[in-house]
Amino acid sequence: MTLSSDVTGGSDVTAGAEATAGADVTDVSDVADVLDVTRAEVCAVAISDLFVGAGEILASPTGLVPQLGARLARLTHAPELMLSDGEATMFADTPAIDEPFTEPEHYLPYRALFDLIARGKRHVVMGGSQLDQYGNHNFSAIGNWQRPSHQLLGARAAATNTANHAVSYWIPRHAPRVFVPAVDTVCGAGSVRLADARFADLRRVVTNLAVLDFSGPGGTMALVSVHPGVSVAEVAAATGFDLHIADEVPTTRLPTAGELALIRERLDPRDARYREVPR
Amino acid sequence: MSNKRLRDEEVPGLFRDGMTIGIGGWGSRRKPMALVRALIRSGVRGLTIVSFGGADVGMLCATGQAARVMHGFVSLDTIAIEPHFAAARVAGTIRNTDLDEAMLVSGLRAAAHRLPFEVTRAGLGSDAVLRNPDIKMIRSPYADGEELVAMPAIELDVALIHVDRADERGNGQVLGDDLFFDDYFAAAADVTIMSAESVVPSLSAEPLQSLVIPRLNVSHIVEAEQGAAPTACLPSYPRDEAFQKMYAASVGDWEAFASRYANVSHEEFRRAYAAFGEAS
Repeated sequence: MTLSSDVTGGSDVTAGAEATAGADVTDVSDVADVLDVTRAEVCAVAISDLFVGAGEILASPTGLVPQLGARLARLTHAPELMLSDGEATMFADTPAIDEPFTEPEHYLPYRALFDLIARGKRHVVMGGSQLDQYGNHNFSAIGNWQRPSHQLLGARAAATNTANHAVSYWIPRHAPRVFVPAVDTVCGAGSVRLADARFADLRRVVTNLAVLDFSGPGGTMALVSVHPGVSVAEVAAATGFDLHIADEVPTTRLPTAGELALIRERLDPRDARYREVPR
Repeated sequence: MSNKRLRDEEVPGLFRDGMTIGIGGWGSRRKPMALVRALIRSGVRGLTIVSFGGADVGMLCATGQAARVMHGFVSLDTIAIEPHFAAARVAGTIRNTDLDEAMLVSGLRAAAHRLPFEVTRAGLGSDAVLRNPDIKMIRSPYADGEELVAMPAIELDVALIHVDRADERGNGQVLGDDLFFDDYFAAAADVTIMSAESVVPSLSAEPLQSLVIPRLNVSHIVEAEQGAAPTACLPSYPRDEAFQKMYAASVGDWEAFASRYANVSHEEFRRAYAAFGEAS
């Protein structure tokens, strides 16, 4: 679940028509020039790759780069993805991330969303204030449980999500204050707490520095790849616990030229992505 | 047929110290703010408030009437963290029961169904379950043997909800896209007070699927145009962002805000609210 803002007004018939026309707009053999690609664009593609093979599910991205990534996925390798406005409607069109949807395809009030979550047909990309090495997550409050130093969002539906379907996280500022040895309160449950949970499906953490998952020993966080221009040491220093790091850590893939064109010309022509991950 | 109509000034008399009160709506959307002001005017204390919270919870924390808050979140939507609720949490003046949203839904539905609990996976492995001694786990009695959350019923003394229209018998119509869980709040309560933008003789000509609150779950009706303001009551009016900002800034100067906009009758509120709109 996300804190969402109302999406009102506007119309973009062209974007809707393109979205329904099909998804094969990317030539995957065509790799972009590394010098030209920004960190935000690498992150968007890493988010898009979370949805490889997802099929007909609801993608619920929280944040600008996740929204960009999910829409990129729908326009490229995952045309069956469903997207909502975070309120009561799912939409068939795929507009730019700062424009309203215009082509409703299904009714999704909160009650129907909770039913859909229980059915498991969803992959959420959540934000968080704290994550620990097992993927326990907190965006409820910082400090003492009954008398915190900072009240945040509350439990929301993080633990409905982690018990029921695919969950990934987006952390736009990878830092020790986020990646902590132990979270102050557990909202989304991590790998160990979910060890016996039948439908838990904890996937990846995408940050401004790297892609991580929970394939380390005992379900601990492991480094999957570092973004171009980022060193393994830099990621380790920005993480407040020991990451599992293989001998060879690959570099996160670059966008293809087709993906880059979609990001820049179609999905984010006004550069909203740099508000989350500066150039 | 009993007369369910109440005037605004009759509402405060329905409340008692120590009640558990459920408040419908969601965040900053279709909150029964006119009824919340009546609750504030009543001055009753020691309340347990159950809500997908917004300024309803924040105000009842600011007045000191809320002793305990059971919630999935408390937010003003565009202002992510409710400032008065946050201030009460940091000051340690309320007992906080942080529930996952779908756990709260299950608790209300269990009460509405007269069940002791509802089985759910919501909250599994999280502190909303593991650090709350009131919530137990249960093992499936079938071959799967799965461990599940036994979310206890959340029984309400009073529910407060706001709808677009009511008929004189107490049926409620919601015209916005989302009912949220107002029907469960109404069904989980001994007494439901429903405010409506307007009360009409009949809703018979309206689309059936918009008639979502049955009169058998409504005890009292209060006509209150702008009764959800400053929260959204779509399609009639959106969330009032300017008012929310002013409200959020009133932490530390609550009495000044309350004397104009909270500890007042609905008519007094509407006059002050109109004046605020003209000035901003």
